[in-house]
Amino acid sequence: MDSLPPFQRFLDAHRDDVLRFLVAAVGRHDADDAFQETFLSALRAYERLRPDSNLRAWVLTIAHRKALDVHRARGRRPLPVAELHEEAPVAGAGPPRGRATDGDHWDRVRALPQRQRAVLTLRYAADLTHGEIAATLNCSEEAARRAASDGLKTLRLELTDVPASA
Amino acid sequence: MSLHPPDLIPGHAAALAARTSARAADEGVAEIAYARLDGPLGRLVAISTPRGLVRLAYELENGGLDAVLEHVAVRLTPCIVEAPGRLDGVRRELDEYFDGRRREFELALDWGLVGAGFARRVLQAAIAIPFGDTSTYRDVAGAAGSPNAYRAAGNALGSNPIPIVVPCHRVLASTGGLGGYTGGLDRKRLLLEIEGAGAGGQLRLAGDAVD
Repeated sequence: MDSLPPFQRFLDAHRDDVLRFLVAAVGRHDADDAFQETFLSALRAYERLRPDSNLRAWVLTIAHRKALDVHRARGRRPLPVAELHEEAPVAGAGPPRGRATDGDHWDRVRALPQRQRAVLTLRYAADLTHGEIAATLNCSEEAARRAASDGLKTLRLELTDVPASA
Repeated sequence: MSLHPPDLIPGHAAALAARTSARAADEGVAEIAYARLDGPLGRLVAISTPRGLVRLAYELENGGLDAVLEHVAVRLTPCIVEAPGRLDGVRRELDEYFDGRRREFELALDWGLVGAGFARRVLQAAIAIPFGDTSTYRDVAGAAGSPNAYRAAGNALGSNPIPIVVPCHRVLASTGGLGGYTGGLDRKRLLLEIEGAGAGGQLRLAGDAVD
């Protein structure tokens, strides 16, 4: 494409992906505000963007920065009650649970160190490649893979779709 | 077990996107806002800048919403959002016009999609034709400063970016025929009927019927 799509088309094309990522990265409570901040920031920078940019990775990079802002702000105030889960899920060898428990997993991902949290949300909630994640986090692809693997180890989740080359 | 993307509440992302677009327009982050309007002539796309209405398109006749928006994105800026609230004034005046309660539009216009020369003078000459009246391509070309450039005047009117409000439908062929129209001749006829300027079929002009 030799020109940027009208912003509304871009917003409509990526709104679901961005919201899914933010719900995973900051929780439903803060996702709505972060969503609006993400797209308003994107709009402010939109005209200067190269038309051949990877728009999806670009907007998820902005969403990732907004998620960092939320986590930083949270470090300065108590967690909202809704974010606390009643029973801390036990990591490890239980039988597979249904998707209803996914919220618990993302709660636990959010409690991980910053880079592990970022890599896991970008990989599994936003479906970015490790290469795209490395660009987003400004680190090497190897570092991104390592952070993912460390995060997963911490969670002691056996993911069925870990890339074989990870 | 795996990490699945979280489920979304149906419609929630769309509602958030709409809120974001409205905010972008209200806070001036997006220069250009559009709305889709339904009326007796079918679906219209109305597009405004901070200066005024810059485009009013018959959606289907212009290749659909995306084509209309892409044209504006290339010509002006891609920072375009759907913000119906910003087009309330346009919607209201058009509704009044179609209901027969308005003869003149008071909307601010943005000529950003029209070249600064002859084409703009032609469209301004069209605006000067009163409701209920008609003119000819030749006369409009003359009013724009080049009486012989009636073909160029026809082209300028044919690519009028703000039809209805800039009443290019009031310009007819000197031979008495309808001429052309960006929204198709049926719509031109309908607009002239709304204005009481012609009975639809073979339109004849009082003083100008036959060359």
